[in-house]
Amino acid sequence: MAEALKPRPTYRNIHITQILQYRLPPAGIVSILHRVSGAVMFLLLPFIVWLLDVSLSSEISYEQFTAAFGVGIGFVPGWMVKLLVLGLIWAYLHHFISGVRHLWMDMTHSVTKEQGHSSAIVTLASSLALTVVLGAKLFGLI
Amino acid sequence: MQQNYGSKRIVVGAHYGMRDWLSQRVTAGLMALFTIVLLVQVLFGGPLGYDRWAAVFSAQWMKVLTFVVIVALGWHAWVGVRDIWMDYVKPVAVRLLLQVFTIVWLVGCTGWSVQVLWRL
Repeated sequence: MAEALKPRPTYRNIHITQILQYRLPPAGIVSILHRVSGAVMFLLLPFIVWLLDVSLSSEISYEQFTAAFGVGIGFVPGWMVKLLVLGLIWAYLHHFISGVRHLWMDMTHSVTKEQGHSSAIVTLASSLALTVVLGAKLFGLI
Repeated sequence: MQQNYGSKRIVVGAHYGMRDWLSQRVTAGLMALFTIVLLVQVLFGGPLGYDRWAAVFSAQWMKVLTFVVIVALGWHAWVGVRDIWMDYVKPVAVRLLLQVFTIVWLVGCTGWSVQVLWRL
C-alpha cells in the first residue's frame, strides 16, 4: 500500500509572471480591483485633502481650484488634472459598489458561485457606467 | 480564563476577527451616509459657487458629521492598507516601516483635513 502512494506534487513560490497569466473570474476581478481602488485612494489622499483645502479656504483659492481643471496646477496641464480626478472617481465608485456587494453578501448570505458571478457583473457594469457618465460631465461632453 | 493579555497578547496574524470585520463595515456605513448627505446638499440648490460650497461646511452639524467621517476614513484606510502589507510583505522590518509610514500618512491627512474644516 505504501509504494502505491506517490508523494503528491507540491507547488511553491509560484512566480508573479505566472500569476499574472491566470484567467480571473469576474468575482476575482472585482475583488482585486476593490483592493487596487482602495490603494489608489490611499496614495492620492493628500491630493484629495488639498482639493478640499483649496476649494474651501476662500473665494480666491476657490478660483485656483476651478483653474486647476482649466489651466492646470504648476506645470501639470488641466486635462491631466481631470484625468487624475477621473481615476479617483472610478476608484471611489468601484470601491463603494464592491463594498456594498460585500454588505449584500453579508446580509443575504449570497455566497454561491453563481450569485458571486452575477453580483460581480452588476458591480463592474454599474461602476464603469457611472464612471463614464461622470467623466463625460467632468470633461464637458454632457 | 484564556490568557491573552500583556506578554501573552496575540499581536500577529491576520485573524483579528470580529473587531476589524465590524469596524470596516461600520466606518463604511458612516461614509456612505455622509456621501448621500453631501450629494443631496450639492445637487439640490442651484449652481455651485464658493458661497454655497463654503455654506455646506459651515453648519455645525455638518462640521461634526464631516469630522466623524474623517476619523472613520482614517481607521477604514488603516485596516485596509495594513491588510495589504500583511498579505504581500513578508520581511518584518520592511512591513514595520511601511506600517509606520501608513500611520504617519493617515494621521497627517486626517489632521490637515480637520484643520481645513475648522478654519471655516
